[in-house]
Amino acid sequence: MDHFSPVIVAFCCHYCAYTAADMAGSMRLSYPSNVKIIRVPCSGKVSALHIMRAFQKGADGVYVAGCLEGDCHFKDGNIKAAKRVAYVKKMLDEIGIGGERVEVIRMSAGMGERFAQSAKDFTERIRKLGPNPVRAVLNQRESAGA
Amino acid sequence: MITAERKPIEEILEYLEPYDRILLVGCNECVTVCAAGGRKEVALLSSALQMARMKSGRTLEVREMTLERQCDPEYVEELVNFIDQAGAVLSMACGCGVQEVARRFKDKPVFPAVNTKFMGASERQGVWAERCQGCGDCLLGLTGGICPIARCSKRLLNGPCGGSTDGKCEISPEVDCAWQLIWERLKALGLEKRYEDIISAKDWRTSRDGGPRKIVREDLAS
Repeated sequence: MDHFSPVIVAFCCHYCAYTAADMAGSMRLSYPSNVKIIRVPCSGKVSALHIMRAFQKGADGVYVAGCLEGDCHFKDGNIKAAKRVAYVKKMLDEIGIGGERVEVIRMSAGMGERFAQSAKDFTERIRKLGPNPVRAVLNQRESAGA
Repeated sequence: MITAERKPIEEILEYLEPYDRILLVGCNECVTVCAAGGRKEVALLSSALQMARMKSGRTLEVREMTLERQCDPEYVEELVNFIDQAGAVLSMACGCGVQEVARRFKDKPVFPAVNTKFMGASERQGVWAERCQGCGDCLLGLTGGICPIARCSKRLLNGPCGGSTDGKCEISPEVDCAWQLIWERLKALGLEKRYEDIISAKDWRTSRDGGPRKIVREDLAS
């Protein structure tokens, strides 16, 4: 399991987390390359289905990175995102994938360090949890198709 | 609207155990509005079921379809081209929709994915509350537009009972006393006198007590 490199999808709000990622880059801070960033106009744009589909396609972990509480560019998109993530957590627990594989992370546009640290921490958390259980079937499918 | 809630996924998976290919059918009407069985919920459940299956080393092929109304035969007919490819149908509609699909496709197992709950209204986003029990003889004209059958825990026709405290029902501080609401509404309308009128015992034959009900409109019926 030591060499397990988890695939992590990070839905990042354009106004904060995505800019924070940019800031991390400008600051020459390194963060794990297995974190795949998807820029969204607001964390509130991320629906439960976006998260579920990421897992269905084999992501080992997903996080939604939005603005600090009270700082959402669209007023309450980050609050909505947190509620949706809580809903998905329950669903993932219900099907045995594990709700701890999804999280909400909050930061401002200037928090490059927090972005890099969150990416490292989350990667470590998922590394401990091991691969997404659906991966085995996806791998079989891939090798059968290849 | 008719309200519903998704069943636990474990229960749904048990129904689907023998099948590897299913038709998952939502409904664009009530269950869409109460976020239980519309297009979005169909997609979410489909994803969850497929993952749950993959976790156990198997796959589940799901065709997702959401009909305009699952309780009307005209729309259920739209399934006809897809039904043969599916081992079973999983319906996210209310009980009426499930039964309509079962009636139309007699050789196909049909399973419910939601528990149909009650006829209700939205109190606020994400919250639905019971408002009508379909008793078949509406009393709302006597009770200021608040239903004692659906909203009083004892269905009292002449309330409140001794369990009413500070406007709340004794079953829970979360539940309003329907008769308190009725009194306040009548007062606001200047119709306090109506409260003194005794509502006579209800003839429940118009409700479920008279057996399954049917409406026939002669001018429309074919």
